Amino acid sequence: MSQPHRLPTGGHIDRATRLAFTFDGRRYEGHPGDTLASALLANGVRLVGRSFKYHRPRGIFSAGVEEPNALVELREGARREPNTRATVIELFDGLVAQSQNRRGSLAFDWMAAAGLLAPWLGAGFYYKTFMWPAAWWERVYEPMIRRAAGLGRASGLPDPDRYEAAHAHCDVLVVGAGAAGLAAARAAGAAGARVILAEQDALPGGDLLNEPALEGWRRAALAALDAMPEVTVMPRTTVFGFYDHGVLGAVERVSDHLPEPPPHLPRQRAWTIRAREVVLATGAHERLIAFPGNDRPGVMLAGAARGYARRHGVRAGEAAVLFATHDGAYEAAHAMAEAGARIVAIVDPRQDSAAMQRAREAGFDVRAGSEVCGTVGHAALRGVSVRRVGAAGRGDAFAADLLMVSGGWNPAVHLASMSGAPLVWDEALLAFIPGAPVQRERSAGACRGVHGIAAAAADGAAAGRAAAEAAGFAASPSFALPEAPAADCRPFALWEVKGRGKAFVDLQDDVTAADMRLAHREGFSHIEHAKRYTTHAMGTDQGKSGGIVGAAVLAEARGEPVARVGLPRFRPYTAPIAWGAMAGEGVGRHFQPTRRTALHAVHDALGAVWLDAGIWKRPAYYPRKEDADAWASVLREARAVRERVGICDVSTLGKILVEGPDAATFLDRIYANTFSTLPVGRARYGLMLREDGIVFDDGTTSRIGPESWFVTTTTAQAGPVMQHLEFHLASAWPELDVSLASVTDQWAAIAIAGPRAREVVAGFVQGIDLSNEAFPFMAVADCTAAGVPARLFRISFSGELAYEIAMPAGYATHVWQAAMAAGAAHGIEPYGMEALGLLRIEKGHVAGPELNGQTTAQDLGLGRMLKKKGDFIGRVLAQRPGLTDPSRPRLVGLRSVDPSRQIRAGSHLLLPDGKGRSEGWITSATRSVVEPGWIGLGLLREGEARMGSEVIAANPLMGEEVRMRVVSPHMHDPENIRVRA
Amino acid sequence: MAGYSGFRILLEGLRGNSGWREAWRKPDPKPSYDVIIVGGGGHGLATAFYLAEVHGIRNVAVLERGLIGQGNTGRNTTIVRSNYLLPENNNFYEHSLKLWERLEQSLGYNVMMSQRGVLNLFHNDAQRNAAMRRGNSMRLNGIDAEILDREGVKAMCPLVDLDNGRYPVMGGLLQRRGGTARHDAVAWGFAHAADARGVDIIEHCEVTGMILEGGAIQGVRTTRGEIRAPKVGLAVAGHTSTLTAMAGFRVPIETHLLQAFVSEGLKPLIDCVVTFGAGHFYISQSDKGGLVFGGGLDGYPSYGQRGTLPEAEHVYAAGVSMIPALGRLRGLRSWAGVMDMTPDGSPYICRTPVRGLYMTAGWCYGGFKATPASGWCHAWTIAKDEPHSLNAAFTLDRFREGRMLDERGNGPHFWAQ
Amino acid sequence: MLRIPCPHCGARDEAEFSYRGDATVTRPGADGDIAAFHDYLYTRTNPRGWQVEWWQHAAGCRAFLKVLRHTVTHEIRAVVTATGTLEVPPA
Repeated sequence: MSQPHRLPTGGHIDRATRLAFTFDGRRYEGHPGDTLASALLANGVRLVGRSFKYHRPRGIFSAGVEEPNALVELREGARREPNTRATVIELFDGLVAQSQNRRGSLAFDWMAAAGLLAPWLGAGFYYKTFMWPAAWWERVYEPMIRRAAGLGRASGLPDPDRYEAAHAHCDVLVVGAGAAGLAAARAAGAAGARVILAEQDALPGGDLLNEPALEGWRRAALAALDAMPEVTVMPRTTVFGFYDHGVLGAVERVSDHLPEPPPHLPRQRAWTIRAREVVLATGAHERLIAFPGNDRPGVMLAGAARGYARRHGVRAGEAAVLFATHDGAYEAAHAMAEAGARIVAIVDPRQDSAAMQRAREAGFDVRAGSEVCGTVGHAALRGVSVRRVGAAGRGDAFAADLLMVSGGWNPAVHLASMSGAPLVWDEALLAFIPGAPVQRERSAGACRGVHGIAAAAADGAAAGRAAAEAAGFAASPSFALPEAPAADCRPFALWEVKGRGKAFVDLQDDVTAADMRLAHREGFSHIEHAKRYTTHAMGTDQGKSGGIVGAAVLAEARGEPVARVGLPRFRPYTAPIAWGAMAGEGVGRHFQPTRRTALHAVHDALGAVWLDAGIWKRPAYYPRKEDADAWASVLREARAVRERVGICDVSTLGKILVEGPDAATFLDRIYANTFSTLPVGRARYGLMLREDGIVFDDGTTSRIGPESWFVTTTTAQAGPVMQHLEFHLASAWPELDVSLASVTDQWAAIAIAGPRAREVVAGFVQGIDLSNEAFPFMAVADCTAAGVPARLFRISFSGELAYEIAMPAGYATHVWQAAMAAGAAHGIEPYGMEALGLLRIEKGHVAGPELNGQTTAQDLGLGRMLKKKGDFIGRVLAQRPGLTDPSRPRLVGLRSVDPSRQIRAGSHLLLPDGKGRSEGWITSATRSVVEPGWIGLGLLREGEARMGSEVIAANPLMGEEVRMRVVSPHMHDPENIRVRA
Repeated sequence: MAGYSGFRILLEGLRGNSGWREAWRKPDPKPSYDVIIVGGGGHGLATAFYLAEVHGIRNVAVLERGLIGQGNTGRNTTIVRSNYLLPENNNFYEHSLKLWERLEQSLGYNVMMSQRGVLNLFHNDAQRNAAMRRGNSMRLNGIDAEILDREGVKAMCPLVDLDNGRYPVMGGLLQRRGGTARHDAVAWGFAHAADARGVDIIEHCEVTGMILEGGAIQGVRTTRGEIRAPKVGLAVAGHTSTLTAMAGFRVPIETHLLQAFVSEGLKPLIDCVVTFGAGHFYISQSDKGGLVFGGGLDGYPSYGQRGTLPEAEHVYAAGVSMIPALGRLRGLRSWAGVMDMTPDGSPYICRTPVRGLYMTAGWCYGGFKATPASGWCHAWTIAKDEPHSLNAAFTLDRFREGRMLDERGNGPHFWAQ
Repeated sequence: MLRIPCPHCGARDEAEFSYRGDATVTRPGADGDIAAFHDYLYTRTNPRGWQVEWWQHAAGCRAFLKVLRHTVTHEIRAVVTATGTLEVPPA
């Protein structure tokens, strides 16, 4: 259980506390402050993963989000997270991780045989083969490819953790809490700005964490920020995207450093941050060099090795070679030497530099004008070959178990690029840096090529101050900036060392320099084409380390400068983000709100079976013990309405109050039929068209005062109709003096339908003479119902004598109970949506399935409702030939010839001799209570001419064909005697 | 140029893959052609291929402003299906699916057409009835369709949460012949095959104007000079309005954004294409292992090719609601394409008010699956100067005539398809 | 994400609004024919650049607003109430 590579002192490691963890079933120990990667290195674990295509052994390559190799399956069971970067996982006690993308063990992955086939598995090989025989793709080739591809395994189990969505506003958002970001936040905060400082690491500091001498400044900066009430420091927070209008998305990993989230906390929180000004201080990612064998476990970015030594107190190797192209990487050699490693050699293509001289003074073997041209080792690096730059041959061999590499730094320009800023090439840094901002953002520090802690801090302070000023704050007082010697980070242009063996430009996806050249040879010479053809920079690291190297190899092949080749466009996300965090809380049961009527509890008490009508919950039917099945309940309820009386909650219908001197004019233009002639105290069935002449909605609308109207809509279209009214009032007829108010929630409504409805209503409604003469069909009046104010409508959807009573929603239960009490003697029964549907189909009333956005008034037999004179929405375009075409399907009633044969909505209507050609379809189907058997409504070509004839209801999906007779859609009481009774 | 084959891969592997040549030539434009196709996406390249292959018209140029296949062809969720309701649509898309089924062999290029099945979930009676009407329409037109109950859904896609969501799953409409294809390879494959038949594919050649004489097209002005042709076809989805403005007319199109997303690579998890019925969400898994998914439009016109955060959140939420196991996985990348949205959700493959100018346009967010048939019908229309019966309904005039092809009954709101 | 400055409510997220089409088209009056209504409902300039468009502050004051917005950069330059007028800047 020892940690043989752990240094006795130093770094941000709490050695007093031991944390146990397992990797591939073996137990190890680490300490708070470790990442999984640093703890594995401390324990001497070098081999941690297998690559995507060739399944080559891979180790820990970096110390951050740019990690391409060390991806593991973290945790177990439903919490298993594939592809988790060991370099960013904070170690916790009991952590369990497994290596992934292997068949067999990590050490003996038989998929590694793919490496032997590498000559035939170059970029895009799969586009050129696997085509014959055609049927083999799905059966043979593709399953083989799919099994081999992919990285980690998903758990396949529901995620047990919870996520939150959160929102923030600030004057200045600072992204990244390295020296530049800390200084920026401090400068902006001191000016009085509301500042958010987001840092993806658990510890703010960035490269300061690798500099013990500057720990004092880091702590002082954090203390200063802590003392500013308007500054919020958010560690463990990755800003993943820069969107329009100064909005950035971030994910805060609230509990990922714990074995599992405590009950009161989410696992992660997704932040939407609206910032007036943004300072990007996102640092830089170190660049790999493409040389043969640059992927073996033990090849590591120089800055990472330095960080493991200085921050984590871990010696990543015992015998180290540094291969660097700039002075900025040399500190890694010094750090490793301090950590007790032997510096075998420093390999640098340059002839001389300040850092090289200092290294020589320190006694290191500096090989100037040299390059690494190969490595040996399998599961761990054993040696490095070094030769003069450009020389042929294998070079000199050095035994080493760590090869530290640095080809320069890639500024982390992702967010700047996503904000719309162009990228410009910096020839000295051989890197792209952000150009002129498009949004209100500025970059500071290494992400714009300002290297060295002192310079970055100064740059950050200036950016923070400028951001605060731009947000309207006065200049802030200055504060002490760190002082540190700066190394020159301008690299020598060495992108690739050519030689035998694979030189990777993308370690995760196994893209080699040769693949980039092959892409060019085949014409995929543009970086966007080359990327897609080779999959370069398309892995989970998105090419943070090697993306530009691949571009440089391509540039050489094209004979053009790297600047002309460029990089693929940056898109969200800066780093992979948890799906659950993006989804937030609105998932599962809360995917959409649940809307309940004021009578919900009443239905529940009656044992209602619920159905979803949009976001509403409505009773489908009310089962009773004696009902054999659902149909028995539905038929019982419908019979009660036809024979006695039923009661139904119709509160979900949309209700809109339309008032004003021009309300009648307005409604005449909104509806296809006339309303201005309607007297006060009367209702009328209204039909609305869309402007394109298709039926939009229907409902009854009442005139409740000279300038006051009560419009009802279908449940589904309540929102759209309101918007339709508002839009036309605002855009087409602003001169009309009309006001609109949606009152759907304010009014509950109950239908009481059936031959005995009048007696029931008389039993609890006061203030109205209910006689047919005084209160006929389509009458409306205010009343008192069981002592509360209400409004009574004599309207019917069922085809029976019926009333609807509307009352303030808070009284709904009271009125319902009064109605039930009044109806008890008459055998009243509650009926649900199913019976409602049955009744309206028998009566031939159209509803949602017929008002499907594809039908005209004529199609539905309602053509005569359309006004002949005056403007109304849809009037003109309804006259287009395609919509008046007599061959369009028309609404018909349908009755099964054999009453026992079920019919279904969605069946098509064929002529008996029609050779299978669809002549229409069934829109709605039900069993009937008026006559036994199945009936339906349908749309049928030449429907009127085919009255009385037979058609076939064909449902090939269900293997059914049923003979139907075409009848009038008004199958029940076509003369409307019952509703007027 | 030698074709692609396993044998050639073997041979090239043995000699260091040094013998491969450009998949398509990079010619300079000639002063004139028989036909110019504007737009080097899948539809434009397919048009050129079928002009050469079916109609023997080989003196053809495809002009592409940037790189081929970098517009919507390279920005979609790669779904191929023909599960439509209206006969005009299902006949067209079925023709497309049949072309897809033989596309590898026609092009000599593996576009990885994978008939994994497309499953549309439904959650209530109304949705089931609509699915039934659509599925029966398919069956009556000779297209495969099946209705699945809950057990069937479970067997097809075991990760779908049948019960716990806000809207329990009732069943699904399945088209087994539907599936996915590798989107980039479609552009490259058509380019490779068209090039082999003599078509000039000219990248980095932006059309800046139309040469019109007497109401007829004579050619185009480009950033690489004037190029003449008596017939010009537009295949520039997302940018159709800009091009027709150059020709002097406006069209019923609004350009809208659609985002798409991909997860990190994973071992096989989701075997078919599955769509949620309770919200805009669809998902499939690529051969590389990434989950490819998307949702609805961002909701306002844009040529910006970048998406908005609230819509992305909705897509992710719908995903977890349908498949709760997704919560633990990670989104890797998102991008957005710009769509020609039409007032009825159906496309245009037709002649235009300018003689000799044709278009395939208005693909809304369903253009990828149409690629072969769009090219096939567009080529036919150009070659014959009249539509094939398969695209006879896809005219610009249909709104004047009131013959909309509105699959979903959404009405003329471009942003609400 | 768009932030739309509602003249009544202040700057709000796009999620509170719904887009309702090109605001430069005008509904023909009672004498409009099929051609006029066809142009109003279907034909679109669909500019790649500045557009005046209708947005409703649906989850706010519910006012229909005219918004001058750029369809490439998404910049919003001006917002007025329904009866206001907005000039499209030269391209």
